[in-house]
Amino acid sequence: MSINRREFLKVAGISTILGFGGISAVNSLRRNCVEASQVMPNPEALVAKRWAMVVDMSKFKTEEDYQRCIDACHHVHNVPNVTANPKHEVKWLWKETFEHAFVGNEDEYLSEEIKHLPFLVLCNHCDNPPCVRVCPTQATFKRKSDGIVMMDMHRCIGCRFCMAACPYGARSFNYRDPRPFISEKEENLEFPTRMKGVVEKCTLCYERLAKGLKPACVEASKGSLIFGDLEDPNSEVRKILSSRYSFRRRPELGTRPSVYYIF
Amino acid sequence: MYNGGKIIIGLIIFVGLVTYPLWNNMGKATVKPDPKIDTPEILKLPEIDRKCVEAKSYMKTEHMKLLNEWRDTVVRNGEGTYIGADGKKYNMSLQNTCMKCHSNKKKFCDECHNYAAVKPYCWDCHIAPKEKET
Repeated sequence: MSINRREFLKVAGISTILGFGGISAVNSLRRNCVEASQVMPNPEALVAKRWAMVVDMSKFKTEEDYQRCIDACHHVHNVPNVTANPKHEVKWLWKETFEHAFVGNEDEYLSEEIKHLPFLVLCNHCDNPPCVRVCPTQATFKRKSDGIVMMDMHRCIGCRFCMAACPYGARSFNYRDPRPFISEKEENLEFPTRMKGVVEKCTLCYERLAKGLKPACVEASKGSLIFGDLEDPNSEVRKILSSRYSFRRRPELGTRPSVYYIF
Repeated sequence: MYNGGKIIIGLIIFVGLVTYPLWNNMGKATVKPDPKIDTPEILKLPEIDRKCVEAKSYMKTEHMKLLNEWRDTVVRNGEGTYIGADGKKYNMSLQNTCMKCHSNKKKFCDECHNYAAVKPYCWDCHIAPKEKET
């Protein structure tokens, strides 16, 4: 029962055709179970063309002003409090001194006060986000609807290209399982945690926007963080930006951040 | 046959090892999974509202696909509302919608998943409802 090469190639060819044909036949029979007509955006959601935030530094006077915003954010998003090793720290919203936040803007005669003034920093939700360009799985992507640079934790493979690409250090990697670092009474049962081996960052509270609420930090800030639509000339952020001098972190990189600072 | 004895002994040992799981579990009855939907949250609802987003038979066979599509719709497309077959609107959320009724993850999810030896990674991140130890 020997076959010659000609017969072997025939059988191999026919089985390949059957195999591929079978896969495409099965795929064409399989139907999506959720039809487009069955889903819609939440009716109460806040909508904008491009969300933006203005950080009014003149209103941050005491330690508590910063901490209030940071705690609000880290509480609603179950951000783990990993303090043992600073390299394992996870942060969505945090304080950074002027010389670190605005690299290249410091000069040698800058007053010590400004140089060490802590600025509240977060993901800039860039209009041209370098993290999105490098992500091999599109786990991080820019929402077309409102410009939020989102994280899809289901897709993140933990390669950390985005951390290397982000010029603002806005991304944190979960080197350890974050669960033990979230105390049971602090955890928010309405929001997931993350798992070991994924990158996380500020998502501009997309889950709160969908419910018609402003981001948690904005709500806690008592007016020192202003949130609105950058492409609506009548929005609160646009009114401030058109009346006061504002600056952004590292504009020379061309990432076009959506977080503005005013003094 | 060269070395016939050794080959036959080897074959017997091989077949024995390969079929070990079969005869080891023989006669042991596996408990049939019996997921429960009698949580206090469900029992509290009036009879007419005591139904899932889709029919029970559909949810039984397709819930994994439905959840996957919910996930993509919410996270990637930013659309958070699901319109059920009867026109009722639901917030698409595993943690805040599904598990609010099915607060018995151990009896509702794990029962079948363990039986079928599937390990969905939902609970690596999503927080399971707090259950009393039974």
